[in-house]
Order: sequence, then C-alpha cells, then structure tokens
Amino acid sequence: MVAEVASSASVARTRFAVAQPARTVLAASAMSVTKETVARVANLARIALTEEELERLAPELDNIIGWVEQLGEVDTANVEPTTAVIPNTLRLREDVVTDGDCRDDVLANAPQAEHGFFAVPKVIE
Amino acid sequence: MSSYRIQGATGEWEVVIGLEVHAQVTSKAKLFSGASTAFGAEPNTQVSLVDAAMPGMLPVPNRECIRQAVRTGMALNAVINKWSRFDRKNYFYADLPQGYQISQLYHPLVGEGVIEVSLDEKDPEAEIKQIGVERIHVEQDAGKLMHDQHPTRSYVDLNRSGVALMEIVSRPDMRSPAEAGAYLTKLRSILRYVGSCDGNMDQGSMRADVNVSVRKPGEELGTRTETKNVNSVRFVMAAIEHEAMRQVDVLESGSKIVQETRLFDPDKGETRSMRSKEEAHDYRYFPDPDLLPLVLDDAFLDECRATLPELPDAKRRRYETDLGLPAYNAAVLTAEAETARWFEALLAESARIQKKGEAEVAKAASNWLISELFGALNRLGKDIEHSPVSPEQGAELLGLVADGTISGSIAKQVLEIMLETGDAPGKIVEDKGLKQTSDTGAIEAEIAKVLEANQDKVAEYRGGKDKLFGFFVGQTMKAMQGKANPQVVNELLKKALG
Amino acid sequence: MTELTDLGVRALRDGIRGGEFSAREVADAYTDQVSRAKELNAFLVETPDHALAAAKAADDARAKGDTLAPLAGVPLGIKDLFCTKGVEATAGSHILEGFKPPYESSVSQRLWDAGAGMLGKLNMDQFAMGSSNETSAFGNVKSPWRRSDGGNAVLTPGGSSGGSSAAVAARLCPAATGTDTGGSIRQPASFTGISGIKPTYGRCSRWGVIAFASSLDQAGAMARDVTDCAILLEQMAGFDPKDATSLDAPVPNWEAGLSSDLKGKRIGVPKEYRMDGMPAEIEALWQQGIDWVKDAGAEVLEVSLPHTKYALPAYYIIAPAEASSNLARYDGVRYGQRDLPDGANLQEMYAATRDHGFGDEVKRRVIIGTYVLSAGFYDAYYTQAQKVRTLIARDFDMAWQDCDLLLTPTAPSAAFGLGEKSDDPIAMYLNDVFTVPSSLAGLPAMSVPGGLDKQGLPLGLQVIGKAMDEQGVLNAGLALEERAGFRARPEAWW
Repeated sequence: MVAEVASSASVARTRFAVAQPARTVLAASAMSVTKETVARVANLARIALTEEELERLAPELDNIIGWVEQLGEVDTANVEPTTAVIPNTLRLREDVVTDGDCRDDVLANAPQAEHGFFAVPKVIE
Repeated sequence: MSSYRIQGATGEWEVVIGLEVHAQVTSKAKLFSGASTAFGAEPNTQVSLVDAAMPGMLPVPNRECIRQAVRTGMALNAVINKWSRFDRKNYFYADLPQGYQISQLYHPLVGEGVIEVSLDEKDPEAEIKQIGVERIHVEQDAGKLMHDQHPTRSYVDLNRSGVALMEIVSRPDMRSPAEAGAYLTKLRSILRYVGSCDGNMDQGSMRADVNVSVRKPGEELGTRTETKNVNSVRFVMAAIEHEAMRQVDVLESGSKIVQETRLFDPDKGETRSMRSKEEAHDYRYFPDPDLLPLVLDDAFLDECRATLPELPDAKRRRYETDLGLPAYNAAVLTAEAETARWFEALLAESARIQKKGEAEVAKAASNWLISELFGALNRLGKDIEHSPVSPEQGAELLGLVADGTISGSIAKQVLEIMLETGDAPGKIVEDKGLKQTSDTGAIEAEIAKVLEANQDKVAEYRGGKDKLFGFFVGQTMKAMQGKANPQVVNELLKKALG
Repeated sequence: MTELTDLGVRALRDGIRGGEFSAREVADAYTDQVSRAKELNAFLVETPDHALAAAKAADDARAKGDTLAPLAGVPLGIKDLFCTKGVEATAGSHILEGFKPPYESSVSQRLWDAGAGMLGKLNMDQFAMGSSNETSAFGNVKSPWRRSDGGNAVLTPGGSSGGSSAAVAARLCPAATGTDTGGSIRQPASFTGISGIKPTYGRCSRWGVIAFASSLDQAGAMARDVTDCAILLEQMAGFDPKDATSLDAPVPNWEAGLSSDLKGKRIGVPKEYRMDGMPAEIEALWQQGIDWVKDAGAEVLEVSLPHTKYALPAYYIIAPAEASSNLARYDGVRYGQRDLPDGANLQEMYAATRDHGFGDEVKRRVIIGTYVLSAGFYDAYYTQAQKVRTLIARDFDMAWQDCDLLLTPTAPSAAFGLGEKSDDPIAMYLNDVFTVPSSLAGLPAMSVPGGLDKQGLPLGLQVIGKAMDEQGVLNAGLALEERAGFRARPEAWW
C-alpha cells in the first residue's frame, strides 16, 4: 500500500515536470498493481475473484495501469479537466409528479420480490 | 459565555461538536425523477424506473430542489456557487439501487454561511454565538430496508430513494450540548421560515449526524466519532453528552478514540459502535457523467432572493424596535414561522378592530397569545397551526377587552368556550350575558352587602390595613360574577370605605 | 426482380411508398434471412412479430392512402444495448440474462414512431466493452467475411457493435443501430465493408441505452451506404428531455442535404495518425482517400493533433472509471441474475452475482475503473485524464482553424481472426487508436468502406467533423463512397 501511494504521488509530480521522461514514472511504478491490490479493489467493486482469477488479472492490470501512466508526462498545468464534451449546461425540470405508481414494472424483473418489496438476504445493521 | 466542561479525573475537558444535518427538501417530485415525495405510501409505489436504477435510466434534476437549497443558502448568508456539479459517491448497499448516491463533493451548490444562536432564552441578545456553516450540498436520499418482516430476509422499499436532501454541514464550532441544541433548533426554524424543509424530525425530514471529540482546553482537536441519524433535538443533546463522557472515560483510562461511526440508542440514552459498517470506506467520488455542470444565472438567483421571507432574527429585532415588544415576547413569537404568521394576523386584525396602530396593540396581543392561547393549546396538546381559535377570533376577543365590554377574567372564560365550541367571542358574550356592567346602582348594592358581611375587615382596613382593599375588590367582583367594570368597582369601593 | 434483401433503407422506403412491393414482402424476406443465418450468431433475439406488425401498419396506411412515415415498413436490427419494451435486453452479458425492460429506449421509440420494425436484438461485446465481439457472453458473432486465402479462419466482425456490422454486411437487415463509446460503430463498420456514423455527443438520447461510459456513449447508424446512414440517423437523433446531456438543437434534414461536391472544403490529414508500424495497405488506402476528396474538389492539408498518443491511455482511465460506477447497479437485487451461495450475506451475494455475471473484460475494466478512482489515486489518474481530454479537444479546435474535416483511416488493420488478440488486452485496445480521440472530444465521425486489403478484407476510411457538422461528415463520406465504388460483399457461406 505504501509503495502504491508513493508511485501515484510520483505520477502526480511529473505533471508539473514536463522535462522528466516518462520512463521515470513507469519505472517508479513497476509492478504497482499486486495481487493484494487487485483483491482489495475487487472487493471494493464487489467482485468475488478466485485465486486463479487474481493470479491472472494482477499482471494484466499492472500492465494496463503501467501503460496508462504515460499520461503523467503530459504537462497539464493550468488545464481544466473536461466537464462537458460539447459546451452545454444542465437543464432543470419542473417540480411536477409525472412518474411512479408503477410497482408492477418496478418489481417485474426482480429475482425475488415479496409483498411489494424487493427481498435480499437479511441485513444485520 | 457559558463554558461547558466535563470534569474528568485528570481535569477539565472541552467538547468540540460539528453537525451534519440532512434536511429533506420540500418538493412535490424527487430530485432526479418525476416520482412523488409524499410520505407514507404503499411500498415501492412512489418509485420511477429511474429511482429503481433500471439499466439506461438517467437523472434530470428538479429545479425546485435546486431553488430551495439556494434560498436556504441565502437565508444563512452563505456564498451561492453559480457553478456547481454533482458527484457520485460509490458504495454498495441494498437501499442504494444505483450503487452510488448522487451528491456534491467537489463543487457544492452553497458555500460558507453562518447561523446565529441565542443561548439565553430570556434575553436573546445577551449571549449570541455565531456557528459557521461550511457548505450545503444537494443529494439523493436512499431507500429503506425492513428487517422485521421475514426471519431470513430484509425487504427493500424504494419510495424514499431519490428524494432530495440538503446536507448542511456546520463547522466544529459548538462547545456544549446546549449550543448544538440551539443550533439545530435555529436551523430548523430558518428552514421552516424559508419553506425549504418541513422540519418534521419524527418523519425523518430532518436528521443529524453528530461529530464529537473532546480535548483539554487549548489543546489540538481530538479524534472524533460520528453518531449517525439522530432524529430529535433532545436526542442530539443526549448523544453528545453521552458520547463526550464516553470519550473522556476512554482517554482517561489510557486508550485512544477510534474514528468510527456510531449509533444513538434513545432507549438507553447512549451511543454504540456500528460494527457492521466498520469496513473502510472508499467512496470513489467523481463527477457524475450523466449530469452537466449546474450553472445558475442572475435571474434565477434574483428570484430566489426576492422570494425569501423575513427571517427570524430580523423579525425578532423588528418586533422589539418597531412594536416595542419585550425581548422575551419577541423571541417566543418569532421562533417558529407559524407562530409569527399567527401573531401578525392577530396584530393586523386587532389594530383594525381597535382602530389603533399595530405598535399600540402589540403588547397586549403578544401577552395574550403567549400566556393565554399558548397555555390553552398546551393543555389541548395542539400546536398553533391546528389552533381551534383563529387570529380573527382572537382579535375580536382582545377588542372586547380593550373597549371594556368584558374584563380580563371574563376573557379567559370566553376563550375556554371558544376552544370548545368554536363560536365567535361576541356571540358567546352575548349569549351568556357576560358583558361587564358599569351600573353603579347594582355595584353599590353588592358593595353594601360585602361591607355588611365583613365588618371586622372594614374596621381593620379603616385602622390602616390598606392591603385589604384588594380583598373587597375580589369579594365585590365575585358577587358581580366577574361582570363588573373593575375601575368602577374601585372607585365605588374607595367612596364606600371612605 | 432483385432480391429484396439486397435493397437498403432508401430503396426499401421508396419501393414501399411507390407500391413496387409490400412492406410485408420486405419483412418476410428479411425475417427469413435472419432465421437462416444462425451460424453468424449476430442475433441474440429474433423478433419477427415486431417487424411484421410494422409492415402491416405500413401496408395498411398505404392502402388507406395515408402519407407513410419516414421509415414505414423498414425492418431494422437493434443492438442489444438498447432497451426494448418486453424484449430481452442483455447488453451481451449473463448478468442481465432474462431482463425484459418494461420501457423502450428513446432512440428505438423514435424509430418505431417513424414506422420502422425490429427484426431482433443484435449481439455485441459485453456491455460494449470490446473490439472483436469476443466478450459477448452468448458467443462471438462471426464476420460474414472470409480471407481470400481459401482458409476458413473465422474473423471478427469488429466490436462492440459486431452483431450490427455482421447483420448489415450479411444482408440480414438493411441497417442497424449501433453505439459508439471509443469506436464501436466505426471499427466494426470498417471491418465489414459497411458505413457507420457516430453523431455529435448528445445528438441521440442515451435514455434507455444501457450505459457503458456516460460521457462517451453515443448511438449511431450502421448501414450499407452513406445515404442510408443519413436517413436512419435523422430518425434516431433529436432532443430528449429525459437525458440531461441531450443537445437541444434541431435535427437537420441530412438526407436532403447530401452532396458529394467538396469544393471549398478544406480537409485536414493529422500527421500524428501516421503511426509507426502502420500496415502499408492502410497507408495506401489513406493516400487513396486523400486523392478521392481532392477529386471531389476539397483542398487537403496536413494538420497536427499533438496529443493524439495520449488519447488511448486517457480513454482507458475515463471509460473504465465511468463504467465501474455505471455497472454498480448490477447487483442481483432488482433485475437480472442473482447468485446467492448458501448462507451468503448481502455483500457476499453482490460479489458472487457480479463474479459470475460479468465476463473477464468487464471485470478487468470495472477493476481498473475502481482502482483509478480509489482514494489517493483519483487526481493522478482520473483528473489528469480529464485534463488530457481537454487538451485533445483543444487539438481539434486548433485544427478547425485550418480545416473543416479530418480524413484518417478508421482502424489500424483489417479484421483479424477470432482469438488472435484476445490474450493481449492492450493490443486489442490499440484497435481504437484512430477512433478514440474524436470520441473523447464528442465529435461526429463516420467510417466508409474504401477498398479491400490483399486478403480481400474491407478497409475503412474515417471522416471526422466539427461538433454538430454531421452534414459535412456525411457529404465527405458520400464523396469517398462514390469514388471508392466499393461493391464487394461476402459470399454467403452460413
């Protein structure tokens, strides 16, 4: 974990150091995506990966992440992140009830629906 | 300033409190869908396909929800951000159909503001504290899980899913349960004035996450805990009190405070750790790509500002300066928007009936409202919104007292009858013959009887015991069944007692 | 009489209007073709009744003397990413198996309102994540094309709209809807010798289209020629108040505006698209395209899009990040498959459902997306990628100061064999190298067939236009189409 944070910080730093070659970034992050990282992230994404899947995915993801890290070499100082690809702002709708009252449609595809509710394994809070 | 301190074994501890209040925005439809927000419907009947996060469904924001949040911000003198964005807060739970909550982290709609709280009820200006508001953002509410309907299953009702909430985040500026209580009460009052939230804490329209830490005075901030979803002012105060004590105990026993989420148990009056949710959260906030930046124009902001009502602090000060009301009366009458509205209707009608200026009738009207009507409503267990007596009827009653038709004590009887029957006071006075009399002959006859029956007291009075005068007034009024004009009684008694 | 299935959208529309044949005959001819092409695996669901109902409506209207709707009686294939009321929609994933939406996507509704009918739902890469159709949970689509080497290697129809491209190329439908997130209309069109257009982001409503990456997803038209693309897109596009990113702009009459005269047009050739190791045939086709547009009257000049090489890495942060969140709703609670192991709690149910329901590529991207958004990484990856995206859009804006349109190859190669790239995700991602930059910038772009490579496989040329200039894109496409005279079609072996 500590190593990962360090490598991501180095990615961030190179954003302000254009002259620095991309290699540094890639080298610094060599094998940053370990099996443990994939397991942690997969858990965040609620995907139960088997041991074999983890073995297979870790190097693949490490490779992909290493590849996308070349973005670190782009000087983006004073560049705003894209917020809308085509200049456009948010439209607002009026406060009118136009929807709902369609419980059958809402529940029609549920794997388990009882008494008008969706049913899930008991949650202990 | 009052300083609340916990007396521990190692000395005094200061409590540091911040509140995150979730207030349901008053709107007909949900924040991002056209489904109704009405409370108490059959499960999953107020759910659109958007609220159920069906594949390909998209959010479109409700103008009124944005408008109400902006007006709330304005009421707190807060910075309104003309450019804001919605972000997704990602986590998995059965009450969260999308797998993310649409909220605002990076660019909230409303920035820094302030709430002024009075800590002395009797004299609101005596002890005022400014509590900082860090931000207000708009977000979706989650659905509801039911755990008690089936032995092995929980049931999901999405009626609340997607209802608009404002999250009002305070600075950690509060230092006692009383300050937190005053803050929450004041915030609720402002929301109700603005009309942006109904403030019904028992229906969950308003609930608070309470952040508490303790420290030795002057030291760095301690580690805080967050007690979630506390749903009354009383419980918030109790939760703080308990949590602060607990933290002091933990620290004084040499342990450390764990930064965690806790629950308040109102039955036991204590907080406990939510172990089931202890897993580290990583919400992966990022701008919602289904929603473009929200840009507000001046016309929108102008309309929001123009429709703001007079707020409680301004109203209270106006009552004091323009109407000449005592500070206490002004504070009581302005604490709730409904009370102020009722009072102002009473005032206007009283002034009209009595052909006087509002300032001239204000004091009597406010006294009557606070002592007589509030007392009566209290006994009936009703609030002013559901008062059986209307402001117009109240003004009529006050008018009858003012023009000498009835006495103050008869007015109390008339009010009781009004509450019971709903009849107009004039009719009651007429029907029951409650008009006070200035008929000197009748009064003199009763005075003669009273003096005759109390010759010993007459002698004492004449011997210098002036205080007995009140006794004779009382006896005479009693004999007159309260209907005698007290001034006339006074004059005639003085004459008779010589 | 020509086979009805040889006719495209315009010919069918005009023929039905003119009474040359009935809509019923058209529907019968196409549903028959569909039912006999199972080997291609292009359709996940066949809906002959839907097509026949639309045909009946068209024929009845004509009998009554009513004016026919713009697409009356034209049967279409619909990519399975579009939700279609009462008809299973899976996005090519097990996790949605059995899901029958109780609603109709805005785009498909527009098509039905225009009188079109549906032949069925078209196979695709799972959740539109893929460039070869190999990520479909229901088996890959086979391209109707084969190499001229006499071998029987099964080729990819491209992806993710591979069912759409294969079905149009094999004459199973005159046209189909597609969606394009980073090239998913253009690359399969290029691989199968058909035309495909992705309009400006926001032209077609995303409401009811199963989301992959919201800021990039855009529906478009796939057909046998440019005119048919124009006709179909005209009916698909239009403002939709249910999509907050929908463009509130009138839809031009693109068909009527078609003109292959490019006089006065300046067409840019971006030098950064000349990549190392680009096959000579692609290079040659590009040059050929340049000559064709010059012949049509355009002025051609070299332009620079300096951040091109960063488009793919930026895309592979932004798209997975959005996808990781968009796909969180597939949790086995409200629709689709649920996997509830014995004694599992709620969170375990989610994890099992998603492990079994999602395919490998989807898991890969969801995990990448989750990773780049996770605590401490967000700025370095996601924010940086969105800043690079700004620079990529700015590159295009600079180019538009010198030119009106851009001409590039659509893909760096012809169709490859199934299995040839599935072991190397990055090699697969590189397929989209020419299509991703315009997706990131939300620009309209289309692919038209330019010729065949030496193995007899189609190659496409891409035209990219300014935002809202679909007409310019279509016109340049038409000029290329007229000059390319592309007539090749796959022999029916299925």
